[in-house]
Order: sequence, then C-alpha cells, then structure tokens
Amino acid sequence: MPTVEMTVNGKRASAQVEGRTLLVQFLREKLGLTGTHIGCDTSQCGACVVHVDGRAVKSCTMLAVQAAGAAVTTIEGLADGTTLHPMQEAFRDHHGLQCGFCTPGMVMTAIDLVKNNPNPSEEQIRHGLEGNICRCTGYHNIVKAVKSGASAMKG
Amino acid sequence: MHDFQYHRPASAADAAALLKGEAKVVAGGMTLIPTLKQRLAQPSDLVDLGGIAALKGVKAEGAGITIGAMTTHAEVARSADVQKAIPALAALAGGIGDPQVRNRGTIGGSVANSDPAADYPSAVLALGATIRTNKREIKADDFFKGMFETALQDGEIITAIHFPKPDKAGYSKFPNPASRYAIVGVFVAKAGSGVRVAVTGAGPCAFRSKELESALAASFTSDAAKAVKISASGLNSDLHATAAYRAHLVSVMASRAVAAAS
Amino acid sequence: MAATGIGASVKRKEDYRFLTGQGTYTDDINRHGQTYAYILRSPHAHAEIAKIDLSAAKSAPGVIAILTGADYDKGGLPAGWQIHSKDGSPMIEPPHLPLCKDRVRHVGDQVALVVAETYAQAKDAAEQISVTYKELPAIISTGDADKAGKPQVWADAKNNTCFDWHIGDKAATDAAFAKAHHVTKIDLVNQRLVPNAMEPRAAVGDYDRATGEYTLYTTSQNPHVIRLLMGAFVLQIPEHKLRVVAPDVGGGFGSKIFHYAEEALVTWASAKINRPIKWTAERSESFITDAQGRDHVSHAELAMDKDGKFLGLRVSTIANMGAYLSTFAPCVPTYLYATLLAGVYKTPAIYAEVKAVFTNTVCVDAYRGAGRPEATYLLERLVDKAAREMKMDRVEIRRKNFIPTDAFPYQTPVALQYDSGDYFSTLDQAMKTADWAGFEGRRAEAKKRGKLRGIGISTYLEACGIAPSAVVGSLGARAGLYECGSIRVHPTGSVTVFTGTHSHGQGHETTFSQLVSDTLGIPIENVEVSHGDTNKIPFGMGTYGSRSLAVGGSALVKAMDKIIAKAKRIAAHLMEASAADVEFKNGTFTVAGTDKSVPFGTVALTAYVPHNYPITELEPGLEETAFYDPLNFTYPGGCHICEVEVDPDTGVTTVVNFTAVDDVGRVINPMIVEGQIHGGVTQGIGQALLENCVYDNDSGQLLTGSYMDYCMPRADDVPSYKVGTHATMCTHNPLGSKGVGEVGAIGSTPAVINAVLDALAPLGVQDITMPATPLKVWQAIQGAPTKMAAE
Repeated sequence: MPTVEMTVNGKRASAQVEGRTLLVQFLREKLGLTGTHIGCDTSQCGACVVHVDGRAVKSCTMLAVQAAGAAVTTIEGLADGTTLHPMQEAFRDHHGLQCGFCTPGMVMTAIDLVKNNPNPSEEQIRHGLEGNICRCTGYHNIVKAVKSGASAMKG
Repeated sequence: MHDFQYHRPASAADAAALLKGEAKVVAGGMTLIPTLKQRLAQPSDLVDLGGIAALKGVKAEGAGITIGAMTTHAEVARSADVQKAIPALAALAGGIGDPQVRNRGTIGGSVANSDPAADYPSAVLALGATIRTNKREIKADDFFKGMFETALQDGEIITAIHFPKPDKAGYSKFPNPASRYAIVGVFVAKAGSGVRVAVTGAGPCAFRSKELESALAASFTSDAAKAVKISASGLNSDLHATAAYRAHLVSVMASRAVAAAS
Repeated sequence: MAATGIGASVKRKEDYRFLTGQGTYTDDINRHGQTYAYILRSPHAHAEIAKIDLSAAKSAPGVIAILTGADYDKGGLPAGWQIHSKDGSPMIEPPHLPLCKDRVRHVGDQVALVVAETYAQAKDAAEQISVTYKELPAIISTGDADKAGKPQVWADAKNNTCFDWHIGDKAATDAAFAKAHHVTKIDLVNQRLVPNAMEPRAAVGDYDRATGEYTLYTTSQNPHVIRLLMGAFVLQIPEHKLRVVAPDVGGGFGSKIFHYAEEALVTWASAKINRPIKWTAERSESFITDAQGRDHVSHAELAMDKDGKFLGLRVSTIANMGAYLSTFAPCVPTYLYATLLAGVYKTPAIYAEVKAVFTNTVCVDAYRGAGRPEATYLLERLVDKAAREMKMDRVEIRRKNFIPTDAFPYQTPVALQYDSGDYFSTLDQAMKTADWAGFEGRRAEAKKRGKLRGIGISTYLEACGIAPSAVVGSLGARAGLYECGSIRVHPTGSVTVFTGTHSHGQGHETTFSQLVSDTLGIPIENVEVSHGDTNKIPFGMGTYGSRSLAVGGSALVKAMDKIIAKAKRIAAHLMEASAADVEFKNGTFTVAGTDKSVPFGTVALTAYVPHNYPITELEPGLEETAFYDPLNFTYPGGCHICEVEVDPDTGVTTVVNFTAVDDVGRVINPMIVEGQIHGGVTQGIGQALLENCVYDNDSGQLLTGSYMDYCMPRADDVPSYKVGTHATMCTHNPLGSKGVGEVGAIGSTPAVINAVLDALAPLGVQDITMPATPLKVWQAIQGAPTKMAAE
C-alpha cells in the first residue's frame, strides 16, 4: 500500500492507503476528522466538500493519493481556537443549519464562493450552492448566512 | 471500488508508456471516479495526468486560444484570455456541473470522455477546434464517434485543444433538473468560414445541426433559430425528456444561444 | 420576555459543534475491535432464491462471517398499527424478516450479511457470492395492484390487498350528493417520494459478552421505540440488556422513525461474532431501503349547493404499502389521512374508502406530513376545481365554507375534534403579505416578457401533536403516544433536562432550554438538554408528527410543576412559612406580604445538603419525571400562497414568490419555527415540481435511484420565502403550542400546483400531475398527456 502525505489543517498528515482510498475516507478514517461527511455516492450532495490547495472540491470524488503534497483544509480547520470563522458565525447567526449534516460542506463551499466573488448577489449565492444539497433549511437562511458571511469576511 | 495501481507520471510520454492492458487515464476524475465507485469499471492501473505541468494552462495562439488538457473548468471560466477571445467558451465552462466539479474537472477529460450530456463537446464541434494529442492533431469533425466513443486510440492522450476565434459565439443549455447535466445544449458560432451549430445532450454524442446551420447562415437571429423544426428521430429519450421535447428544446436553446452570442 | 426566554429567537446551542465538525453522527462512532458489514441485496423485484453459494466469498480476504436467511433464527420486523377492513377482518400482516429466506420481494431486499475487517473487504467478498434466482413477475403500479390476474406479492393477501377500510357516514354522504346542485370530481395521483435525509442511515451493533448487554447506535428519531420493537419483537432482548443510542442524527423527515432490518442484523450478528459491527448505507442503498412516502391514487367528489356551499365529500383512495408493512405504514393512509378530509371546511357529510395494497416496491411509510399532505393536496385541488366549475372566486368559495372562528371546539364528520383555529385571519394575513390584490398587474407585466404567471392558494389544517394514547389505541395503535420528560436540578442549581423526544435538526436543545430556563428563572447556560440514549432517558416515544414541543414540551412543563411544588415546600421551610403562601417567580421564592425570599439555587443546594430540611415530610434531592399523554391532537393550520412563472418555450416553472402564514400556537423560538417552515415548504415545492420516485413498471427497477435522476430541491430551485404566524392557542396542553414540523410540507404543495394551473389556465390546461416538471408542463401546453417519458 502506498503511503500518502499531505498537509491537513496546517499539520502534516501521512498514512498508508490503498490506491482506491478516497480523500474523504482518508480524512474520516485515517485522521479521525469526521466533520467531513458522506451524503451520496454520485458526487452530487456536497456534504464532503473540503478545500484542496485553496479550492473547494468534493472529497468523495478525489483519491487520497491525488491529494499527495496538497494543503487540505476541512471544517475542523476553520475556527481559530474558540473563535469561529466569520462564515461559521454567520451560519449560526442566521440559523443556516438544522441537522448539521450538510453544514460542513455548505460552509466550505460558501467560503470558496466568497473568495471568488466577495459581493455575491442572492442569485449568485443560489447558483454557487448548486453542488450542495440541504434537506432541512430550504436554503432560505443559508443564503442569508452566506450573504452576511461575505460581508463579515471583508471586515 | 476495486483496487488498482496508481501512477502519477510527470510527462505525457511517461503517461502513454504506462497505458497498457487494463490501465486507464484519470484527468479530473469527475466521471471516472464515480464510475469506479459504482464498480462499473475495473482498471488494473490508474494513470493520473494531474502531475503533468505541461498539460495545464491557457495561452493565446494566433487569433485563437489553446487550452491545456488538464486545465480545469474553473480556470477556463476565469481566464482573461478565454473571456476575451471566446466569451461563450468561458461562459460554458463556468456553467459546467457545480463549482466543486469545475475546480477538478478538466477540458481534456470532458472531451476525451464524449459523454452525451457533457457541455464541452458542443463548443469543440461548433468552434471547429483541433484536438492535439501525444501522437497527432484531430479535427473536431473527426473526433466524436458516438456515446463515450472518440477517435482516440489506445495509448493516445489529449494534450491540448486549440480553438480558433469566431466572430461571434454563444451557448445555451437546458440542464437536467436533477443531475444538472445538459438535456440539451446548443453552441452556435459564426466565423468567416460560416455558421457552425453543435448540439449536446440530445443525441448519442455531440453533433452538428445542418438545419440550424443553414437557417442561421441565412439569418443569424434568434427567430431564425426558433423557426427551425428539428426532427426527434434518433434523439435521446429518458425519464426527464422525450425525444420530441429534446427536439423542441434544440430550437429554443439555439435561439437563446444566438441571443447570447457575442 | 427575557432575551433567552419563551418567544425569543435564541441562537442555537447545538450549532457550535455542528459548525466545527464536532457533531457525533452514527457513522462517526467507532468501537474497539469494530468490523464492517455490507448487505448483499436483491437485484430483482420479485424472485425465488433457488440457491446461495457462499464458498468463494467465505474465503475472501478479511471476511469474518456471512449470514443468510438460513442462519436467521429470530423474529420479523413488526407493524405498530393494526387496521381492520370494512368487514371487520384484520389487515394482512405478512412476515418481514431482516434476511430473506426463500423469496425476495423488492429490489434491495436483504439477501446476505457480509461482515469483514474493512468495509471494502466486505463489499469485495459480497461480489463473490453467487445467488441463483428464479425470477417472478412483479406488480409495481399502485392503481393496478388490486386488479384481478396481477402478480401476487403475498399468497394470503388476495388481489394484493392489505386492508379495505372506510370512515365516515356513507348514507349521510349519499343523501348529501342526492340533493347537490353540482358535483365536482377529480382524479389525483400523489406520487411516491424518497425522504432523503442527508445523513444516510447507519447502525453499529455492539454486544458485550461479559455483561450480556447489547448496544445499538443508530440513526433513529426514537431510540426507545427501536429498543422496544427490536428487543421485544425481533431479537427477544429484554430492555435492561439493550441500550439504544441515537446520537446526532442528520435529518429524519419520518424515514428514521421505523425499525429497519439493518439495526436488527448488526445487533444480532455482533453477538454471533463477539465483535462490534458497523453498517452505513451508501446513498444508492438508501434509495432502495429507506421507507418511502406518499403514493396514493385517489378519486374524489365534492357535492355543493347552488351557492357553492359544500354538502358532502366522497373519497376513494388506493395507498401503496410496498412489499412489506413498515412500522407505521397502516396508519398513514387511514387515521393520518382520511380523518383530515374535513380540512378547514364545515363539510357536513364525508365518506372515505382506503384500500392498501402490496407491491414489489420499497416499503412506504410516514414522510414529513404523512397522510396529511395527501389529504390537503386532494382537498385543495378539489376546491380550486369546484370554484372554476361554479364560476366562483377561489378565495370566496373557501371563506364561504370555512369553519367559523367561534365554532370551536368543532367536531368533524371524520372523527377529529378541532380545539382552536382562525382560518380567516391566516388567509387575510397571507393575502396581504403576498399582495394578492396586485397579482393581475404582475401577471400582465410577466406576459409582456413572454412568461405565464400564476398564483395559487391553499388553506389547510393538520392534526399533529401525536397523540392521545387511548384514542390511537382504539384506532389500532399498538403503543401509547405520550411523552416523558425529566428535570434533574443539580446541587448548585443548574439543570439537566432529559427528554424522550429526539432532535435531528429541530433544535430541541435550544427550545427546551428556553422553556426550562424561562420557567425556572435560571440562565439558559445553566440548562443542558439530554436526549437520544435509552440508558440516560427514562423513557420516550421520540420525534415525529410534530409532537416534540406539544407533547414532549408539555411533559417537561409537568415535570417542572412537580419541581416547583417540591421546591416551594423546601423554600417554605427555609423561610419558616407555609408552602401555600410561597410564590415562585423569576427564579425566586417569596412569601406573600413579606420581604422574605430565597433564590432557586439556595433551594437546590438545600435539597442536596439537607442540613436544615423538612426531612420527615420530604425526601432530599430535586429531580422529577413526568409522563404527559395529550388529551387530543393539536391542529395547526394556515394559508400558503405561491406565485409562479412558466416559460412557455421550455415548460420551466419558477417559483417567484411564496408566502406562508401558519397558526402553530405558542412559539418558543421564532427563528427555529421559521426555519422549520422554510424547510417544509421546500419539500412541498419539491413534491409539486421536482421529486418523483419512479420504478420501471415491468422490471421493478428503481429508475430514480440516485441524485442524478431523483431531483432534490437545490438552492437555485427555490426563492426566499415570506413567513408569518398568527397564533390561536391549543386549548388542551399547558403550552398552547400546536407543532410546526410538518405544516410547511402540508400546506405548500397544492398552492404550487394551483399556481401552475392558474398560469396555464389561459391555454386551456386544467390538470397536471405532480411533479410538474418542464417536460410535463411543455406537454400540457402542447395539449398532450402529461406523463414522464418512462411512465
């Protein structure tokens, strides 16, 4: 089995994996970072979104070996100690989560979205969340949260 | 998925050398990895093109642009060169799948796969692009052979795609409401050589519509496109769209592509 | 109102862990020595299992055990509700074994349990199992299942009929129709849906040979119910040896109420191999194993006098149960559906017949709303059609037939007695918010842009707060539906709340903290809510049927009443007063007419350090448990208004405005209540426009078995919503709360379809089946039948 090494949330991480091990399995099973979730098997739901070298990707559709040498950020790596990332805070302020299962992927996607478009309109936010499915919130408060998180990220 | 040997070569030549037997190329993996997860393919080896720097990036070439095979959809969408030369191509890339797919999926992977519902093949055909491989150059008109079938031979790897600059081009897609793949996508391009119109989503692979091309050659207007009646014969039919509905959407999407053309 | 008290939009206590990836869902749990299970499932809708050859698989790498129906020696999954047919005979209850023995009855049925050191190894080994099936013809279609000569799912269910039930007064209804001025008739299909909670189901079974105790970690909305069903009926494990933990659960929407085969299998097999076993569904597995929702085919007729007053309603429905009876399946199309057919209208005579049928499909059971969306959809489509036929305004026909606000309590002709409601106010408020009066201007403006704009309305009611035990027992329920709550006051005055309800997105940790902090006058930070573990919580019936606050919250109120009563006696002792003179307010005990006072914390400490204590009269400690059995259902209701634009070129319907004004009784946390409505409305829009569970009618293969084909609502499919509330209080529970979990999904769907039909009315379109996909709308515009390509 190959050994894969990458930086996860600023720390070096390595483990032996099979070629077929997905990045999400590496994170959840090898590193115990269970904040990244698996909600589907067709790359649609976005519960598994993490950042690889600063870009949002679906970690269920990437092999762990493909992330060798990359810098990976997961939901566990966003907060600064007990201080939440502004996007996390915005989701809390606007009740942008209910069961919490889609939330990590939603937050990781939202941060990437705002990085590419610091002043997104409601329509742009809704399109930008196309790859993330939430069954609880009806998206209403997620959209509000992303908008507010975008403003906060500027501050 | 079944296990396999993973390789990450540093050059296209090294990659080609690894392509023996049941080996498969992985580019962005947006189609292949889900296929492997469903155990619908069982390659012995996976040859990842992600480590080949020469396959990445966009560059202006003559009046047109050349896009490295491993350039992601997001990179194409954001590229100032593409936006300037062929804004419709940048717009198409910016509408593929979802943001995460665009961050991983590549133009080479999409074109090599010839998925009947992929967006890029319509642009490649309508713009009369040239597919460059480690072995040769292939004209777009000779490239797409059928559903998941192309002119690529064993061991042949797309290295780049060259798009000549059109006078005007536009793309309009009607996405599958569930998967967001194209139920119908129409790319129209007007150049000195004439009007080319390519349709994706509607047939077994992307194809040119002679009816739309002649109508738009006579009058490059939305109304002219909308007036064209497309035959449903041979078009795809599934849960989400009958062949008749697809035929109708081809005209509608063509008219919208013309309206959006710039 | 305190900033954290009842009525305040307190930010959720549970959010920090979810936002930082620290939630603990079932698949996040790993036990020492854990193994992994993969379940080999039937690829056929209906087949005999002729032979299973395990020889190659058993020697595959990592395999620990492979178990099939031949190994399974325990009980079947029980149905929790018994319905009797018109002729008095009980429903047909076929066996429902967790592993099939000789026949499979739907694609996805369990054939073998493969346990290995890793999940990949279990799945690899399963590929080595060779099963010889003898394929049988399958029955799939709901409408055809009871016809003669069709394939039979169960030998003893003649014509695939599980039960043939009715409710209401047939003679009175016939008489009403006999004197009718006009009868409006409608045929409707309420399509099958897949609940699709974002967390796939998972279960970890862990048997401890040293103590003989079993622990099951599972994605459940009701761990005590699973303990009872699995323990008593399936595996015969007594409650004191079985712990069921439902940790953080990623959404349920009904689909995680039921006791599933996999829960029993991992628990049973973990004892056999003496190691923990984890099973986690892949999404494609969820599609073919999670109980699905709706699936009714109905015919309804409404009799009216010449003024459009409703005289009588007749309904005939066929409800699909799937291949087996899921836990609560039989009550959904009967007591949760037909009893709702009065809706908000004073229709004096109603008669409904419901035939439940078996088919070779996944089980159907409760999905958000469960029966009530089906009833509401039928009524609100019928009322709109009646208005058109009577050439009456669709709002006026509703107003004319509303139950008057002074008529409560109101006894319907179909068993329910509504305690309160004000349908006129929710209608008026919704119409104002939606700017109903300005709609024609918007329609004209849209027309200029080439769009067909329509507006639709739904005035609805539902019965929830499930449920009075004696009532449901008389109707066939095999369980009580009270709730249990405990309040443990700690020595320093902080409080742990134990509730038998389960939060899987509803925010109980926040809402119940507000309730307790407000009532006991202590800071909200000093309240912790515990749920989901049968070893911690005395008892519970769980969360479904919008019951958690109305029933579970009421249990907490009762428990706090006991706490306060005891605390008053302690305070009276400390203040040397009579308990009758002690008052409790804002966390302080006082004696009327004196300046004596004792804070809550001092009383708590005294209870646990009883040095100065009425020890001959009172036990030390301050902890109380209450069971609350509601006296009636609760009856939320309201008005939903949807505005759509249809693109005639493509058939695409866009929801441009959606207004919901709901009466959910007393609101503890408006932010959470609004969130519940947003989510419910989105599921309702999903049913109306996007979602459809489609099987191939011959092969029984699920054609919409992934998110590639099953259309989940996404952020760009829906608009931002306008949500409001107008409260009339529930009269029979101590909170006045009615429940909010399901209203969004119940009221919204007909409003959307009524809007689509309003948009298409100028083209002569009068009917469309759900979901109104672009294809169907385009076909309707073409004047063609509106069917999906593969139907």
